[in-house]
Amino acid sequence: MIHFVLLISRQGKVRLTKWYSPYSQKERSKVIRELSGMILSRGPKLCNFVEWRGFKVVYKRYASLYFCMCINQEDNELEVLEIIHHYVEILDRYFGSVCELDLIFNFHKAYYILDEVLIAGELQESSKKTVARLVAAQDSLVDAAKEEAASISNIIAQATK
Amino acid sequence: MALSGMRGLSVFISEIRGCQNKEQERLRVDKELGNIRTRFKNEKGLTPYEKKKYVWKMLYIFMLGYDVDFGHMEAVSLISAPKYPEKQVGYLVTSCLLNENHDFLRLAINTIRNDIIGRNETFQCLALTLVGNIGGREFAESLAPDVQKLLISSSCRPLVKKKAALCLLRLFRKNPDVVNVDGWSDRMAQLLDERNLGVLTSSMSLFVSLVSNNHEAYWSCLPKCVKVLEILARNQDVPQEYTYYGIPSPWLQVKTMRALQYFPTIEDPNTRRALFEVLQRVLMGTDVVKNVNKNNASHAVLFEALALVMHLDAEKEMMSQCVALLGKFIAVREPNIRYLGLENMTRMLMVTDVQEIIKRHQAQIITSLKDPDISIRRRALDLLYAMCDVSNAKDIVEELLQYLGTAEFTMREELALKAAILAEKFAPDLSWYVDVILQLIDKAGDFVSDDIWFRVVQFVTNNEDLQPYAALKAREYLDKPAIHETMMKVSAYLLGEYSHLLSRRPGCSPKEIFGIIHEKLPTVSTPTISILLSSYAKILMHSQPPDPELQNQIWAIFSKYETSIDAEIQQRAVEYFALSKKGAALIDILAEMPKFPERESSLIKRAEDTEADTAELSAIKSRAQQQASNALVVTDQQPANHPLQVTQLAMVKIPSINEENNHVDQEVTQTNGSLGEGEPQNGDIFGDLLSPLAIEGPPGVSGTETLSEDGALALAPIGEQENAVKPIVDIAEIFHALCVKDSGVLYEDPYVQIGIKAEWRGHQGRLVLFLGNKTTSSLDSVQAVILSPSHLKLELSSVPEVIPPRAQVQCPLEVVNLRPSRDVAVLDFSYKFGTSLVDNKLRLPAVLNKFFQPITLSAEEFFPQWRTLAAPPLKLQEVVRGVRPMSLGEMANLLNSLKLIVSPGLDPNANNLVASTTFYSESTRSMLCLVRIETDPADRTQLRMTVASGDPTLTFELKELIKEQLISIPTASRPPVHQQPQPTTQPISSSDPGALLAGLL
Repeated sequence: MIHFVLLISRQGKVRLTKWYSPYSQKERSKVIRELSGMILSRGPKLCNFVEWRGFKVVYKRYASLYFCMCINQEDNELEVLEIIHHYVEILDRYFGSVCELDLIFNFHKAYYILDEVLIAGELQESSKKTVARLVAAQDSLVDAAKEEAASISNIIAQATK
Repeated sequence: MALSGMRGLSVFISEIRGCQNKEQERLRVDKELGNIRTRFKNEKGLTPYEKKKYVWKMLYIFMLGYDVDFGHMEAVSLISAPKYPEKQVGYLVTSCLLNENHDFLRLAINTIRNDIIGRNETFQCLALTLVGNIGGREFAESLAPDVQKLLISSSCRPLVKKKAALCLLRLFRKNPDVVNVDGWSDRMAQLLDERNLGVLTSSMSLFVSLVSNNHEAYWSCLPKCVKVLEILARNQDVPQEYTYYGIPSPWLQVKTMRALQYFPTIEDPNTRRALFEVLQRVLMGTDVVKNVNKNNASHAVLFEALALVMHLDAEKEMMSQCVALLGKFIAVREPNIRYLGLENMTRMLMVTDVQEIIKRHQAQIITSLKDPDISIRRRALDLLYAMCDVSNAKDIVEELLQYLGTAEFTMREELALKAAILAEKFAPDLSWYVDVILQLIDKAGDFVSDDIWFRVVQFVTNNEDLQPYAALKAREYLDKPAIHETMMKVSAYLLGEYSHLLSRRPGCSPKEIFGIIHEKLPTVSTPTISILLSSYAKILMHSQPPDPELQNQIWAIFSKYETSIDAEIQQRAVEYFALSKKGAALIDILAEMPKFPERESSLIKRAEDTEADTAELSAIKSRAQQQASNALVVTDQQPANHPLQVTQLAMVKIPSINEENNHVDQEVTQTNGSLGEGEPQNGDIFGDLLSPLAIEGPPGVSGTETLSEDGALALAPIGEQENAVKPIVDIAEIFHALCVKDSGVLYEDPYVQIGIKAEWRGHQGRLVLFLGNKTTSSLDSVQAVILSPSHLKLELSSVPEVIPPRAQVQCPLEVVNLRPSRDVAVLDFSYKFGTSLVDNKLRLPAVLNKFFQPITLSAEEFFPQWRTLAAPPLKLQEVVRGVRPMSLGEMANLLNSLKLIVSPGLDPNANNLVASTTFYSESTRSMLCLVRIETDPADRTQLRMTVASGDPTLTFELKELIKEQLISIPTASRPPVHQQPQPTTQPISSSDPGALLAGLL
């Protein structure tokens, strides 16, 4: 089970956090501090796993961003490493070669997409196509509501002219 | 630039990004929070768009780590909005801001339930996602039946179904007692027939959780799992979108194999054959390819297949295939595969007998111990430990010792303990064992607990052949310029007992042995001094015919310590002095210690206690049992053969340690400074060494009552600790050690270890407390409170209330020194073990001399300063009496260790010392301190000390600090500053932080 997902920049800035196990805000800050200390300082040719407080953290660096997922010791590390990549590929497809700035300004989109990939710290959908379809459907629902609102306000505007 | 689609939000994020530093960022965040708060206050004017924008901002701020203690209501209220956009935001932000323990969630349960049972699919998805991510007990109670209904409903579409499966998984995992899964095996079997692989993946995760809880109920699902694997392995009808880099859903394969590992065996021969065909195909057909992702995915499946093969204990043929694969993996370049190869080899050792095959890879594994990656080194260490036996112990332990020199701080203690255990378990001969432990102490003394050296003493005592060798080794180590205190203890003990066996060798006459031990006395702590005194007594006894000169020297030392402030030292000095005048009787009384009764090793017992559940250890244990004939055995000895025993004297000061089942009568004897082991056979961790060494004689002789009634031992009673759990280290001793070094263990008991690491810069310091849970269960109600004296500003970061099993948490502590003072900060540390509360008050080594920075002055710089600071209160002079005798060199070392740097040759008189340092505090800023000590070569017990600085308090405090060190009173409770100093203040007993605290307040 994945206990939490962290996206941290090379400078140690938090870009996204998602917690599937209960941690208080204080604990969260501490976890992030500890792990960025451990992970950001690791060289490029080392393995993608660090052992931490009896858990394992699987991480992978994409350009300036580190994607980290914390799992139990007996979980399958490589499987989780590829969940990270799976998520990154979906982000990439959604944003069109995703970069850190996309995720900074659209962190809410990154959350929506993550919710289609993981629930309860478990993989929910392994088809990128399906995830893309569901996210697009959500976006169109939002857009439709926006248009509707716009047209209503137009009607009101015209009526009260 | 890609923008969020909400201008206000994008602007805010840009501004946060533009902040130059943390302080600016905080100001910006505070401003925004203030703004949001006001806007929320008159909610009426808020459009849905604005409301959405503000809760997004709140989430962003919260994600950055700031506390957001309002607005939860607004986020939760969006959940009940009628339109999708608001609802979506409400669900997502709520699931990020709140966790399962949050009261606010209760308000939303009804809305969430309505969404789940409603007809709107998109609303169902939102609700299931939230419950799946943060659902707690109340959710399980009120929603589980609805979620179950959805999951098995035929009209429910895949997008809802897969979410329902994981949502149920969460509720079941958290509260298996609340979610009713009776009769779910049929439902589960149906779900495993699912054709949609997205739904099947989620259902398989749910299935793993259900079988892990109770596999008996799900036998009917087993063939279905094998069927799934077959389909995937043959890549039959697997839609393109569910293959990942050409591999049919690796995640589903892994999960299915994981589920099968919860069944103890597969009985149906057809199912079994089908499964093994699949596994065989995976093991044989996985090649290393260029593409990283494909490689990872195929190896994820491969490693899971390996685990399943190990579990099903297949035909030996397949097992050796697995070992061969792993052997290949640990040597590849790809670090992930190397890591997993080592990890799985260790797992394999636990389940099957593949020791011999794995040994072939020993050289490669040892290479991995030097890997640049600490993750891999840890795996290699675990594997070496698990694979060690008599045949390879020598190689492995020597490698571990070598590695100890370069290992990270965080790994050293584990390394030291593992090396000690392996050395004891599998020693090919005893002298090697002694070598290993002495090297261990030499290289990592700080990490070698007392029981390790107790054990060496025990072995040497019980094996006559070993005694001259051990004594010689100890003698060799004493030649080193700097040796660890633990080495001093064990060397002094061994030489006291056995140095007479060496007397024919050059440099080993009683006088020379005495000289070389005594040279180190000024550098050791109080408990070690007691051991040294015993050694002197033994040396005196062994030098026959008596050497009058040596005798006088030793008597002089005894008579000096007769007035020692430390009860234990005083008692030993008085008794040894009296005994040594008795002539022949001395020889009887101080004869060699008798052999110890055979006991289970305390070390191995300790390892078992703390690691009882790790299978590595059980593996090593079972092998150790098979090879028991080779292991070291402490030979049994009939006490009756040793009439001398009754009067034998203890050499080792018994540390005030005991296990939780401490007996009151033991405590009573402890208060008298010399412990009588009430129940010598009770198998205490330390019992094996303590009881026969105890002063009143052999096991079984009830010395307890006689001792406690013995009026002659009119020593100051030590305040009793009420804790049921006793520290296994001498807290006072390590505090004193930590006063002159910056890292080490501050406290340790059987369950908890607190380490400390400090950095000092000017008047500021940063300490990190490492709170380690040594047990395999969580420690609850952990509390750490700092009681700080007025001159220090201390800020301890939050300490988690629960420390998970075998975990270590770090708590940074910021220190600012406001004024010079010798008051000590205290850490009040408590936790609950079982039902008993353990509470310790520990002094923190944030002491005056930590705020010194060494400075060396030339004569031209020193004397003008010295003359400027002419008179009291800036310059104070005092004649100090009762100084513990030390040579000028030793005194210089002592001052240097306090960062008072001695400038040799600055004072024209060779009997004087001149030292200087810079002191930092907020009130004094950096301030030069000068010290001059004039000694009297005729009487080493007195000296005149002059201290000068630009601050009267600093001068006084520094003078007192040096005086304390010179007369070696452990930091004592003392009257408030500016009262007349009292050179012989009441000493505080080592084990009574409570009294210490009282003294402070």
